[in-house]
Amino acid sequence: MIAQRRRLLRIGAAGIAVALFAVMVLAPEAFERPLAALTKFGQPAIYDRDSILALTLSHMGIVAAASLAALVIALAIGIFVTRPAGAQYLPLARAVANLGQTFPPIAMLAVAVPLTGFGARPTLVALFAYGLLPIFENTIAGLKGVSPQVVEAARGMGMTGRRILREIELPLALPVIIAGFRVSIIVSIGTATIGSTVGAKGLGEIIIAGLQADNLAYVLQGGVLVAMLAILVDLGLGFLERRARQPRSA
Amino acid sequence: MITVEALTKTFGPVRAVDGISFELAEGEALALIGPSGCGKSTTLRMINRLIEPSAGRVLIDGVDTTSIPPATLRLRMGYAIQGIGLFPHRTVAQNIATVPRLLGWPRARIAARIEELLELFGLPPAVFARKYPHELSGGQQQRVGVARAMAGKPAVLLMDEPFGALDPITRTRLQDEFLAIRRRMGTTVLIVTHDMDEAFKLADRLAVMEKGRIVQLDTPEALLRHPASAFVESLVGSEDRGLKLLSLAGVTALMQPATGWTAEADGTFRKAGADASLAPLSASASLREAASRLVFAGVDELPVVDEAGAMVGAIAMERIIAFGGGGR
Ligand SMILES: Nc1ncnc2c1ncn2[C@@H]1O[C@H](COP(=O)(O)OP(=O)(O)O)[C@@H](O)[C@H]1O
Ligand SMILES: [Mg+2]
Repeated sequence: MIAQRRRLLRIGAAGIAVALFAVMVLAPEAFERPLAALTKFGQPAIYDRDSILALTLSHMGIVAAASLAALVIALAIGIFVTRPAGAQYLPLARAVANLGQTFPPIAMLAVAVPLTGFGARPTLVALFAYGLLPIFENTIAGLKGVSPQVVEAARGMGMTGRRILREIELPLALPVIIAGFRVSIIVSIGTATIGSTVGAKGLGEIIIAGLQADNLAYVLQGGVLVAMLAILVDLGLGFLERRARQPRSA
Repeated sequence: MITVEALTKTFGPVRAVDGISFELAEGEALALIGPSGCGKSTTLRMINRLIEPSAGRVLIDGVDTTSIPPATLRLRMGYAIQGIGLFPHRTVAQNIATVPRLLGWPRARIAARIEELLELFGLPPAVFARKYPHELSGGQQQRVGVARAMAGKPAVLLMDEPFGALDPITRTRLQDEFLAIRRRMGTTVLIVTHDMDEAFKLADRLAVMEKGRIVQLDTPEALLRHPASAFVESLVGSEDRGLKLLSLAGVTALMQPATGWTAEADGTFRKAGADASLAPLSASASLREAASRLVFAGVDELPVVDEAGAMVGAIAMERIIAFGGGGR
């Protein structure tokens, strides 16, 4: 009963968020009136130096590329260090992942620009490094959380290590891994805004333009767009996470 | 079937298993029994190569197991463990299908096998096949665990305290069921347990282990009558040995022709000259049950009847007492 109501609420919230976001991206003029109240001296209320759709797509593209790369690498390393052969590398891998997270992304950009040039590339590097840790840690936690007896039974019945990983360990660890990916990508969506300082095309451009021109309407427009994007991705991945958990808590 | 030769496992300075040898014949049930930490599980796990021996070898049908890839070997050996280890994300049917799938059986054969096993273990397929492990009681989960271990028709079933985590009533019921299934299927079983009653009940022979060695390998009766050491004696239970001995044999073993008994209309029997009539013993009763009934009724003889209620003989207290003779 309660679960059903919560589900309806979630679906309703998601629907409203999707609709709102679509209007903000496809028809930003719709918000001209309310935003105009925040401008002074006849500043434009809606960012018009580039199409919002193009900026949004580029922002999403950069985040998706960096997050997927982080997912693949963190997953691969997480699997490796939880195998008997790779266990000795766990402390090393953990140290590297931690470093990626503790090193401020803005500093990472500064380091990356001389190596990769301006544009999307340094942003990709920074987001990738920043996004590894939550996926890596959750992969390890998820795999280590699989009951040793379940794995022992699988091995004792003649399943090979590869098969146990694919059919038993990964499916059981999946909800935890998705949760890690969810944290990683949400953080990335926000962090990607700083990419605009080094010429990456994205929603950060609107915010930075607003800061430079002292235009609060721009800042608000860019900020809300980024926040909505993060909320939508969070809702979507939350849904996947619950799906992955399903068979065991039906 | 399985030959174990001088099997040894050392973990650092610890000799967990110390030169163990035994044979397991086809159709036989052998129990490895001993206190916790004596090396039972390690022995079992060396047989299916979950642990590699430090020395010694294991043969299956005369073939050294080290010449068979571990995964292939394990497909021929069922494995059921105390923690059960059912796959929580798979249904009962999918769990049971694990080994048949690995063996590449055709779909229809797998489905038939699942059905057969669920019926055998008293879990109606229509109700249980599509349930997930968390929807089952402990006893049901354990049944599925054993059914899963038997699914691929293994040459031998290895069980490590399979009924360990259950309440006494459920455990006894599962032991009875398993015994019946084993008798019907003729399954070869190697079972690890620290529970002597379980070993007596399920196994034809017991290998009593102490500190990594087998100190006596014998039938339950021989263990009770002639324990090789004070340790074995304490393990088989010195107080109630006589009663345990009686529970190993059925009344039919000591039954004599019934003389002087007449049947009453209500299914009871009256001995000539006695004023009360007595309920008879079932021919499937153990000597222990017979002794209990004799004591409780305060008589020295009881009639024995078959399933149809027809008298097949009589059992006398003096013969039961003589059965235990020889102990000190
Ligand atoms: N992987 C291991 N590493 C170190 N010692 C172990 C390991 N497995 C078992 N042992 C030791 O070997 C001995 C026998 O263990 P085990 O075979 O599990 O005993 P049992 O099943 O009879 O209780 C114990 O002393 C135990 O501590
Ligand atoms: Mg054990």
